[in-house]
Amino acid sequence: MTSSATNSGAVEVTGLRVHRGKRLVLRDVSCSIPQGSVTGLLGPSGCGKTTLMRSVVGVQIVSGGSVTVLGSPAGSPGLRNRIGYATQSPSVYADLTVAENLRYFCAVLRAPRSDVERVIAEVGLGGHESQLVSSLSGGELSRTSLAVALLGKPELLVLDEPTVGLDPLLRDELWTLFRTLASRGVTLLVSSHVMDEAARCERLLLMRDGSLLADDTPTSLLSATGTGDLEQAFLHLVREKEAA
Amino acid sequence: MNTSILLATTARILNQFRHDHRTVGLMVFMPTLLLTLLRFVFNSEAAFSRAAPALLAVFPFAIMFIVTSITTLRERTTATLERLMTMPIGKLDLLFGYGLAFGVVALVQVLVAVGVSLTWLGLSIGGSVWLLVVIAGLDALLGTALGLFASAFARTEFQAVQFMPLFVMPQVLLCGLFAPRESMTPVLEWLSNVMPLSYAVDALTAVTTSSDITGELVRNLAIVAACGLLALVLGAVTLRRRTP
Repeated sequence: MTSSATNSGAVEVTGLRVHRGKRLVLRDVSCSIPQGSVTGLLGPSGCGKTTLMRSVVGVQIVSGGSVTVLGSPAGSPGLRNRIGYATQSPSVYADLTVAENLRYFCAVLRAPRSDVERVIAEVGLGGHESQLVSSLSGGELSRTSLAVALLGKPELLVLDEPTVGLDPLLRDELWTLFRTLASRGVTLLVSSHVMDEAARCERLLLMRDGSLLADDTPTSLLSATGTGDLEQAFLHLVREKEAA
Repeated sequence: MNTSILLATTARILNQFRHDHRTVGLMVFMPTLLLTLLRFVFNSEAAFSRAAPALLAVFPFAIMFIVTSITTLRERTTATLERLMTMPIGKLDLLFGYGLAFGVVALVQVLVAVGVSLTWLGLSIGGSVWLLVVIAGLDALLGTALGLFASAFARTEFQAVQFMPLFVMPQVLLCGLFAPRESMTPVLEWLSNVMPLSYAVDALTAVTTSSDITGELVRNLAIVAACGLLALVLGAVTLRRRTP
């Protein structure tokens, strides 16, 4: 898991350690996320995915190590309109309509007003603009939260479980959107706890118990572990580590 | 500070109120209802005129405190604050945005309470009506600012509700409403001297008895305004971009 010094990625994490309370939730995590790619962050619930994402967007107090995002230390003021972040629990106002939420965050980001229409179309929420967020279904709610992350021109998107609870068709549409964004040069870090989403990523970070098990492409992960699917590859890596 | 982000925040909060008619109704008419109740408890215009000015300070102060602390706590405990903290919004933009939005509501609340007291409840005052409105409004703003500050120390809404007796009741008991401040034991008088509500009640009592704008009145108003500003700034200090 060495990051190449010559061609540094959009996100460079070196020796990151994070405590939450007395528990060490990230133990010396190092990884590099290449620019213009979709990187999947996978692992069981509670393995430290959200903490790693919070460290990247600069809202996590870290105990050691460094996180560099788009060339600056994570959390630098200059990064605040270059990153889009969607938290795991939907971070929108329940007592506002979809459009009112988006217009507010648009103003905070000083993004053009036309972005509101664009992101509503991108997440497939057309027709729900004037609906109160509290009356949306779970899937619509998480898409509203995702839409906020797409406002402006973020160069890095950090999305914490954006596809939970969505029907397969919508999930497919969103992954198509993620790949389109990546092809335009946007870097995406997307977490999930379902292994079948892993195959859609260009790179994978597999996490367990606060440590990275792998930082590789899905195909080389399969060939390295000699397994047929990523679920098996993950199990293989876990057993290998426990045997060591 | 960024004025356009601050005003967008104010507009967002007022929009949230717009969708919540019951809250708006409670906030606008509650002090008036309580004053009306008091008028019939006393059953005499003269007795009402003696007690009402102090209560014009106390009721809006207490109501704005509780409304603000709960609303702000909601923002702090939902993921929206975390998302905002990754965006280019200053902490003061957010808190002054809140202060301004609640200030607008507080002003409406005070205008209704003063209007009804003067026209229907038989309150007679010696000084300027507008000064009375300004002081009562300032006082509601003080409640707002303290509520914003207090919300930093509550983890749950249940705790926030219980801060009301802690932050508000001692001020009400010691502000001179129940016994003149000068006649209190030195310890209580000293406590009363460090509580901002005391100065608001002194100022209101001065306005109702005479039309002179004395140096003491101006000083009292400056103290109330400074305490409100201090509470807002302290509230901003307790907001953290990075959390454990």
